[in-house]
Amino acid sequence: MSAFEPKIIAMVCNWCTYTAADLAGTSRLMYPHNVRIIRLMCTGMLDAKYVLKAFLEGADGVFIGGCHPGDCHYINGNLKAARRIPGIAAILEQFGFSSERLELKWIGASEGPEFQEHITRFVETIRALGPSQAATAMIL
Amino acid sequence: MIYEKPRIGVYICHCGSNISPKVDVEAVARFAAGLDNVAVSRDYKFMCSNPGQDFIVNDIKQMGLNRVVVASCSPRMHEPTFRKACEKAGISPHYFQMANIREQTSWVTADSAHATQKAKDQVAAAAARVAGHAALTSREVAVQKSILVIGAGIAGIQASLTAAEAGYDVHLVEREPSIGGHMAKFDKTFPTLDCAACIMTPKMVEAAQKENIHLHTWSEVVSVEGFVGNYKVRVRKKPRYVDMEKCTGCGVCQQKCPVKVPSEFDEGLAFRKAVYSPFPQAVPNTPVIDKDHCIYFQKGKCRACEKFCEAAAIDFNQADEFIDIVVGAVIAATGFKAFDPSPLTAYGYGIFPEVYTSLEFERLNNATGPTAGKILMKNGQPPRKVAIVHCVGSRDRHYRKYCSRVCCMYSMKFAHLVREKTGAEVWEFYIDMRSPGKLYEEFYNRVQEEGVHLVRGRVAQITDITDHPEDAGCLTVVAENTLARRVLRVPVDMVILSVGLEPAAGSDAVSRMLGIQRDADGWYNELHAKLAPVKTAASGIFLAGCCQGPKDIPDTVAQASAAAGEAVSLLSRGTVRTLAEISYIDPDRCSGCRICVDMCPYSAISFDDGAGVAVVNDALCQGCGSCAAACPSSAAGIRHFNDGQIMAELEALT
Ligand SMILES: Cc1cc2nc3c(=O)[nH]c(=O)nc-3n(C[C@H](O)[C@H](O)[C@H](O)COP(=O)(O)OP(=O)(O)OC[C@H]3O[C@@H](n4cnc5c(N)ncnc54)[C@H](O)[C@@H]3O)c2cc1C
Ligand code: FES
Repeated sequence: MSAFEPKIIAMVCNWCTYTAADLAGTSRLMYPHNVRIIRLMCTGMLDAKYVLKAFLEGADGVFIGGCHPGDCHYINGNLKAARRIPGIAAILEQFGFSSERLELKWIGASEGPEFQEHITRFVETIRALGPSQAATAMIL
Repeated sequence: MIYEKPRIGVYICHCGSNISPKVDVEAVARFAAGLDNVAVSRDYKFMCSNPGQDFIVNDIKQMGLNRVVVASCSPRMHEPTFRKACEKAGISPHYFQMANIREQTSWVTADSAHATQKAKDQVAAAAARVAGHAALTSREVAVQKSILVIGAGIAGIQASLTAAEAGYDVHLVEREPSIGGHMAKFDKTFPTLDCAACIMTPKMVEAAQKENIHLHTWSEVVSVEGFVGNYKVRVRKKPRYVDMEKCTGCGVCQQKCPVKVPSEFDEGLAFRKAVYSPFPQAVPNTPVIDKDHCIYFQKGKCRACEKFCEAAAIDFNQADEFIDIVVGAVIAATGFKAFDPSPLTAYGYGIFPEVYTSLEFERLNNATGPTAGKILMKNGQPPRKVAIVHCVGSRDRHYRKYCSRVCCMYSMKFAHLVREKTGAEVWEFYIDMRSPGKLYEEFYNRVQEEGVHLVRGRVAQITDITDHPEDAGCLTVVAENTLARRVLRVPVDMVILSVGLEPAAGSDAVSRMLGIQRDADGWYNELHAKLAPVKTAASGIFLAGCCQGPKDIPDTVAQASAAAGEAVSLLSRGTVRTLAEISYIDPDRCSGCRICVDMCPYSAISFDDGAGVAVVNDALCQGCGSCAAACPSSAAGIRHFNDGQIMAELEALT
């Protein structure tokens, strides 16, 4: 059996974490290939249904990245996301997903190395948790 | 609009050798050809080059494409380029989507097979997304060709003069009785030792006389509403109790007033009256009555000023006056305040009378100051030995971590002035000497040659315990000379604390009114540290001077001129274009719950009571999506980042 390769969706804001991911690239910082990035303008537009959809479609982990508190391009969208996350995590737990499968991190535009570090660590966490078994979890 | 079936062209870029060979671009192109709605799929060495763009333009025209995907570098790099190509070929620039297979794939993935798979997924997501893109429109709104400047230090004055010169109406609001800010307190300025008044007063007078600059002194901005091009501003003019029209500025009231109050302008080193102008060259030179100290206001009698005023300008019945103005842009220039060294008890400020802050010293050295410019101790004698302590409050984990940038230079200015005026021995204690700037290092060299003792080391303590009987009455400065590696105890007569800079009091309220973000220390954040140094995240709001961070006068003036230039360039066309990628609320779905109204950080959503639905103001909305994520009915959405588009990406990527 081949080793488990988790499928990770990262939804990140345009102004900070997406820029940090670009910077990781320009700095040639390698990180696991498993992550697929979706650009949002701000984490404040992160709808709970996007996270649920990602898991329903078979993602093993969802990573959200935004600006540090105080740095959000739209004043405080990141704080709204931060308030929304525990609620989404609670829904996930009810359906048998570990809340560790959803992570929110603040990664500023100049933090390429931090992007590499957080993504690498998150992929390892999910790898340790194993496949999400979304299909069985959802068909109760 | 008639529905047309998407016909997508997909273009995979090699980016020389940056994407290929890590990503097998031919394989990705073959894969893309099999995706839904894809009419053509190609790979090419440099998509951003002219021939690369021509591929797109020709394919759109010849093959009737109506959607385009380019898989290449980051959209932050070339999205505008390819959007223009689409526009050139006659389709909406929004019918375009980019897949970032360089920064986020080829450059960060070790294995070639993995990178190729990731690129395929990204292309599939982009193609799925672009099929649902809509052609967006925006509109032009007329702007008000006038500018509000908050704070009239050298930054605010310079910005006002520059904008007024371009023919714009400027409203310059200053909360003190006079314009001028900190620079008006100085006698000499580094590095050229120009006389501050000689270079500053002409600008102050010009600001007062320019027809299209409206000075509002002794005033504060109480509210700012609206959006770029059309800000509604309310200014509160505090009562001066002196009629500006009638007052001739003769100064008799100030002579006759019996009340003495420590002068703020002189840093408490001299007295002013209850009716006062902060300094002789004040602009305007109409005094104000300080209600809290005026005997008439406090006890009901006196009116000495009124009795002696020949112009009958005193008016005890004045009240707050509110002025409403509409401006197209705002320049914040609220400056700084000096760090209060009292918490650093080891330095004895407030305990030992001969320990001064740098601003106090500026007044001691000023020809219009308490000692008429003679550097004298409280006992009236000139000092024989003076210590200057750098970095007080700055570069200190316990207070302010940052370097205040001007203190090394003004400390050396002080050293020079003390040597020149009194011949006293000068000891400067510094951590690192920072003199980057035109003619700054030269000034440092000059001060070194003037025989100043420069000691590298942070001062540990200032005490009145002296080591030798002949030093009785002196202060002892204790510091380690870190270059000689020994502890020094230097007896001196006078100590000057070179205090750092902090954001001005009340600057937080101004930032909230204008929607400016502040950094951890409270300085206003520019839009981009390098490429947009005077813009802010709020469009139409600009920064000038020390409100953005500590800086010297040359940098302040340069930044102020730049802020005025940016404001003028924004307004000169007479219209601004609204953003296209903003929120919309579907009235058929809106349940009228109003959650979005509270969520919006720009107050861009209002509630239409008649229709019972929330409505977006497209001139205010910035497209953050707070409303969309919070809407329980999915009535609110962000154009170009709507649910359908993001869901399509999610499906393709998982
Ligand atoms: C001791 C000392 C010596 C210095 N010497 C030199 C020197 O020799 N050479 C040099 O190049 N630089 C020197 N500097 C630096 C210099 O002071 C600054 O670069 C300059 O004053 C910055 O100007 P500004 O207009 O940004 O701020 P400020 O001078 O602080 O002006 C801000 C103005 O805004 C007003 N304001 C603030 N908030 C509001 C509000 N809410 N509403 C209305 N008005 C408001 C304030 O009252 C003030 O008038 C020195 C600084 C210090 C502390
Ligand atoms: S823009 Fe980055 S979190 Fe809001």
